[in-house]
Amino acid sequence: MLRVEHLKVGSLPALSFSVSDGECLAVEGPPGSGKTRILRAIADLDPIDAQLFLDGVERREMSAADWRKAVRYAAAEPGWWSDTPRDSFPNISSLEARVFRLLAAVGLDEDVLERPISMLSTGERQRIALVRALADEPKVLLLDEPTGALDVGSAALVEELLRFQLLAGRSILIASHDPAMIGRLSHARLQLAPTERPARSTRMPPP
Amino acid sequence: MSYIPLELSDLALAAILLIANGAVSIWYQLGLERTLAISAVRMVVQLSLVALALKLIFSLDSPLWTVLFGLFMTAAAAYEVVSRQERRVAGPIGILLGTGAPFFAGLVATMFAAIAVIGPDPWYAPRYVLPIFGMMLGNALSGTTLVLDFMTNAAVRERPAIEARLALGAGRFEAFDIVLRRALTTGLMPILTAMATTGVVSLPGMMTGQILAGIDPVSAAKYQVMIMFLISGATGVAVLAAGLGSVLLLTDERHRLRIDRLVQR
Repeated sequence: MLRVEHLKVGSLPALSFSVSDGECLAVEGPPGSGKTRILRAIADLDPIDAQLFLDGVERREMSAADWRKAVRYAAAEPGWWSDTPRDSFPNISSLEARVFRLLAAVGLDEDVLERPISMLSTGERQRIALVRALADEPKVLLLDEPTGALDVGSAALVEELLRFQLLAGRSILIASHDPAMIGRLSHARLQLAPTERPARSTRMPPP
Repeated sequence: MSYIPLELSDLALAAILLIANGAVSIWYQLGLERTLAISAVRMVVQLSLVALALKLIFSLDSPLWTVLFGLFMTAAAAYEVVSRQERRVAGPIGILLGTGAPFFAGLVATMFAAIAVIGPDPWYAPRYVLPIFGMMLGNALSGTTLVLDFMTNAAVRERPAIEARLALGAGRFEAFDIVLRRALTTGLMPILTAMATTGVVSLPGMMTGQILAGIDPVSAAKYQVMIMFLISGATGVAVLAAGLGSVLLLTDERHRLRIDRLVQR
């Protein structure tokens, strides 16, 4: 379970919430309302003053690397540091079987790993980046627009994969512009107001 | 072979050649006449002052004044580092890294040369120590500037890739490893090129000077070889210190990329 206490982002009021295992929290709001900043802050990528707990352990009680291995942020624009996707996968040799399964789940062939990144479409890159984020089985997923660049078919595959992640007991925080997918996937919503108005959190019964 | 001293009249004669430079500027309306005049006057004034200062320090032969002059050279280097960089880490720590790396490297190389290699008596003899320290500092400075420039620009340009690696659980040095390798290569390239082409493309300034002063070319070449080895060592130390220091300043103890610490010139 992820617990966030007194998270201060931008001009938003301090946020406190928790996401249980197998639960999906949607972070909603217009562009610039702080969705990305909230996800980055929870991944400990920006200096913030907040208490973040994973299964009762505060983030500063573990190393930054261990925190981010468990609480995984996947950016809307994935980053690459090699010519082919394979070399941008940490520890791919030990995770290969799992990576291949995940690639198949999002509708990609395994030889996509050997193609030059510059030749891949935005949607392919986004799906490979999602596979990379899931490969070492983090406990919490912080997904920034995971289907932003995808066609309807690929988006449905990704949604299905995320549903499996929830069933496997992982927690998901998702920022998305797709209200239909949010409606199907999320158990709770964090709505960020465009102005100085306080954020509202509404809890719905699980679907 | 003997040394032919130059008279002031000889210098005035040589200055005529500046007119050729000025004529190009006027003919093509480059607007560089003013800059040319200022630069030429600056050079003359700076070299005269340095010559007088060195003459004084050589005659004093005191360790204190030698150290003070070395620190003065370092301060001038600090000014160069700060003014040359497009982006730099804000605050005194950024200046400290840019100055500290070449200073430390220059100090180590100069001490090594003075104590172990040349062995003048006394070992701090300013006639040997100061020119060598100057050459070390200047070369280490170029390497440091290249590395710092590369690191700060890469941190901004490669931010998505660096943060993706951090998000996947990499430490700061792991996340920066490709950037750091490229920065070190960039910083070392000039001295590697210089060693490979020296003597073929041009005679190094110091060797030329020794030959003009009447030293046997073979002795002058030996000195030049030693200087090149010292420079490559000093540059290596400075480049590594600047690279590792940049990683530490561009990230924090929670291994976050801290672009917010950079200031644009």
